[in-house]
Amino acid sequence: MTKRGHREIIVEWLIESVIRLCGISAILFVFGIFFFVFREGGAVLFKDFKFGEFFFSTAWYPSSPSHVRYGTLALLAGTFSVTVLAMVIAIPFGIGAAIFVSEFCGPKLKETLKIVIELLAAIPSVVWGFIGLTVLNPLIIRLFDAPIGLNVLNGGIILALMSVPIIVSIGEDALKAVPDSYREAGLALGATRWQLIYRVLLPAAKNGLLAAGLLGVARAVGETMAVLMATGHAINIPTSLLDPVRTLTATIAAELGEAPVHSDHYRVLFVIGILLFLITTVVNLTADLIVRGVRKK
Amino acid sequence: MNHFSITTRDLNLWYAKFQALKNVTVNIPQGKITGLIGPSGCGKTTLLRCFNRINERFGYVTTTGEITVLGQNILAPDVSLIELRKHVGMVFQRPNPLPISIYENVVFGLRIHSERRDLRKSELDDAVEKALREVLLWDDLKDRLQHRATGLQLEQQQKLCIARLLPLKPQIILMDEPCSALDTAGTLGIEELMRALAGHYTIVIVTHNMGQARRVSDECVFMLMGEVVEHAKTTDLFLTPKDPRTADYIEGRYG
Repeated sequence: MTKRGHREIIVEWLIESVIRLCGISAILFVFGIFFFVFREGGAVLFKDFKFGEFFFSTAWYPSSPSHVRYGTLALLAGTFSVTVLAMVIAIPFGIGAAIFVSEFCGPKLKETLKIVIELLAAIPSVVWGFIGLTVLNPLIIRLFDAPIGLNVLNGGIILALMSVPIIVSIGEDALKAVPDSYREAGLALGATRWQLIYRVLLPAAKNGLLAAGLLGVARAVGETMAVLMATGHAINIPTSLLDPVRTLTATIAAELGEAPVHSDHYRVLFVIGILLFLITTVVNLTADLIVRGVRKK
Repeated sequence: MNHFSITTRDLNLWYAKFQALKNVTVNIPQGKITGLIGPSGCGKTTLLRCFNRINERFGYVTTTGEITVLGQNILAPDVSLIELRKHVGMVFQRPNPLPISIYENVVFGLRIHSERRDLRKSELDDAVEKALREVLLWDDLKDRLQHRATGLQLEQQQKLCIARLLPLKPQIILMDEPCSALDTAGTLGIEELMRALAGHYTIVIVTHNMGQARRVSDECVFMLMGEVVEHAKTTDLFLTPKDPRTADYIEGRYG
């Protein structure tokens, strides 16, 4: 045995430290972001902040000269309505596509589809917004005889298209994780393909599929640019699919640049950021726990 | 009906370009236990998986020749795989109960083969009790039928996998090394069960275990490199093998 040189020990220590730093940095960044958002928003949060108005008023007048009000109910309703519509479209579609990719198509088609789906996930959200503006907008006006095509329906469809790739790829992973022996058990008992899917695969993969849906929700809640462009940007509690709305995310994106730094308006926008952060964290955490198989019993 | 449950004539099978079965001609007697033995890769599992055509779930399998199961040529184009698999049950190497309750595992076959409105709760309950009694699990499991089947001991899981075939009243049960995942006590339990089921059912078992083949089977088929070398009564095959390759194998000179 030869003794290790000083140089070797130092190099090894350096490499180890770099790798450790890389690992820890992800955690640091998340906490850093949270700290930053909280610091900016916190100042107003602990200084006679009107929680009642914030959550239950539809009046969002951040720059009114006489009576400034920060009610986010309409914005929450906007985010909620667009997300729900997106999921109503995307979950059946995404799970269906996941079943097709995992169970029905041949290996060649499977590879092609997976690549295409990944491409779909890589399209920048501003491009989706563009499609909403220039393709869906006139289409909705023509089909539904609506005064304007930028509304819940438009935003929901765009968000659905953006969420589908995530739902498909996580859902496909969940189905792939079902042991092949379950499929053989079902087939050997004479199950048809359809029976195999709804009696064997869906129950066996239900945690993963649920998580896929929730991650789709998180994606839809957090999406900004596309909904900013596609929903019409009107503060409004929607009563029909053809009503324009404005979401929490779009409000931040649109107003932060104009709000004077460290003004109340600026800080309230950060409070909205905290709210969004909490919503997506809860959804993601739930998805994660479900994937790990923690179930209510 | 004749006294053979399964017969094959000149059966050849390829996995893509690899020929796994070569001119296999066997007659499996009704109501007996027939063992398929031979070294790894000799085609015994492939042959077993031909009898319910589950081989074909992989697209690259080609089969020629003739397989007659219960008097019907199952390679004919108009054969219903669903009906075939109702009559020919299969037990796998690793116990594979579905991740649902014990009860639902046993009635799975009934549920997929009947209209929903034809299934009455009382009939399902009876079917579960009858099937579990037949595999000697009823006394152990009757109080926890709603528990997940995947939480049972391996021996119980394997018995449950046999039990879930029974409500469909199969005539043939195919077993692919049903004890290879079990300990000696579990193996003994399954072997006793097989002896109890023989007579009511035609059983075909693939096994690596020569002792098991001797203990449970009535007849044995020895296979090598995709061909049937010898098929005889188990006692004859083990005491006076006609082919030197059989003799070498059962004495453990290779395999």
